[in-house]
Amino acid sequence: MRSRLQSILLPLGVAVLFVAGWHFAVRWTGSDIFPTPGQVLTGTYELLERGVLLKYVVASLFRVASGYLLAVLVGIPLGLLMGWFVPARLALNPAIQVLRPISPIAWIPVAILWFGVSDLAPIFLIFLASLFPITTAAMAAVQNIQLVYIRAARNFGIQGLDLFKKVVFPAALPQILTGLRLALGIAWLVVVAAEMIAVNSGLGYLIIDARNAGKRYDLVVAGMAMIGLIGLGLDWLVRRMEKLDEVRWGLSR
Amino acid sequence: MAPTTGTTTKIAVRDVWMTFKGTDKSKPDVNVLEAISLEVLDGEFVCLVGPSGCGKSTLLNIAAGFLQGTRGEIRIDDRPVTEPDPRHIFIFQENGVFPWLTVEDNVGFGVKRPSPKERQELVDHYIEMVGLTGFGKAFPRELSGGMKQRVEIARALAAEPDVLFMDEPFGALDYLTRIRLRAEVTQIWQRERKTVLFVTHDVEEAVQLADRVVVMGKRPSRIRDIVTVDVPRPRNLDDPACRRLRDHIFRVMGLDHSGQTLEGEEPKVVPMPLPARRS
Repeated sequence: MRSRLQSILLPLGVAVLFVAGWHFAVRWTGSDIFPTPGQVLTGTYELLERGVLLKYVVASLFRVASGYLLAVLVGIPLGLLMGWFVPARLALNPAIQVLRPISPIAWIPVAILWFGVSDLAPIFLIFLASLFPITTAAMAAVQNIQLVYIRAARNFGIQGLDLFKKVVFPAALPQILTGLRLALGIAWLVVVAAEMIAVNSGLGYLIIDARNAGKRYDLVVAGMAMIGLIGLGLDWLVRRMEKLDEVRWGLSR
Repeated sequence: MAPTTGTTTKIAVRDVWMTFKGTDKSKPDVNVLEAISLEVLDGEFVCLVGPSGCGKSTLLNIAAGFLQGTRGEIRIDDRPVTEPDPRHIFIFQENGVFPWLTVEDNVGFGVKRPSPKERQELVDHYIEMVGLTGFGKAFPRELSGGMKQRVEIARALAAEPDVLFMDEPFGALDYLTRIRLRAEVTQIWQRERKTVLFVTHDVEEAVQLADRVVVMGKRPSRIRDIVTVDVPRPRNLDDPACRRLRDHIFRVMGLDHSGQTLEGEEPKVVPMPLPARRS
């Protein structure tokens, strides 16, 4: 009970201190460009009233969902394959390890070249950004499966695709989920960067647009706050999945 | 009336040798098993005992089809073992219960009956036999080590095998749990009369469980002696007959009953070779 209360009160206390510190810092320095927390709230309300906040949030979430789901659909099978079949790993892993450290931001010019100023460019960037961590996690997850599970399954006569479905995939799932969570965080980071350049809607666009069209820093910070809150929400969703009995055994927390 | 041990040979181990290849030039090949021959009768309970790392688990893994011997062959029902077989189920020391499945789904994993009703009956029957009634919907994470090992035994039995390979199944459990599970395994075996090949380094465990105890020496391992335990079950280890057999086995292994090394025996610590990751 005490720790439960602490886990609510402590972060709340930090938030209050932060907002207060922010407020007084702006007041004392007399800045008329950087907004106070109150001004950010009014700015957020203004965006709501103009009906763009919801529209931009939906646009950003749509891009993340598309790119991320595409990466899940490609990355998990690819990773499972590479984890299970040594030749597949030998053939593909070097390529993936070379592509992986290239920041998705570096792909922006390429994305614009290939997809123009459309939704496809940021979706492609998010896909790339999520693909490598998901693939790597799925591959490592299969390699880390305890031999005893595979042996037990084969002992019961389970083979081929059935072995994958009944044992390899569920045994790898906890570690795959950890990779999915990491990738979702990265995808959300990238959507904002991608929208700053290639499109005309979304939270990243809001931030750049608010600055360019009249130095509306209250709207810039409102956009940043939205990004932070939605990121928190996405992480919370994945954490909920980690509580399921099917994966909890493999996650030490 | 429970069926009794038959007179036909179930498992025939014929001149099995095993050498683990050194992984590189600095690591020499390790000879683990030398000229192992053994016959196990239908419905017989045979224990393999020997010092740690003597290759008794290796022999069990070859018999189960997880490893291939370097020479010789193992036949079950007069057919050579080449791969794992659902009629011969292996029970693992490190517990092979699937943590993502409930107790019920684990026990049902190897059930071959097509009818859902029969299937459920079989699952319930074996869950009850190992004393886990009421835990069917629990996940292994929520169970103690001893309960998990019971799940694995139930899962093996529910597949209706005729041979059980047990590789130090109680090795990771606390003393009291081991004692209890030994008694339970004896009762289950008396009811089901599967052929059991049971590996342990615990001589008393072997004497309590087995019809015959196969005593193996240090690596490279040969069979030193095969001891028939002609004591009615349930066995009391304080029974003079059991004590005599235990001391005899210790002597064959080169130890007296207090654990002192006998003359002419040099205890050597040899690192366990790592078998191939996936077989």
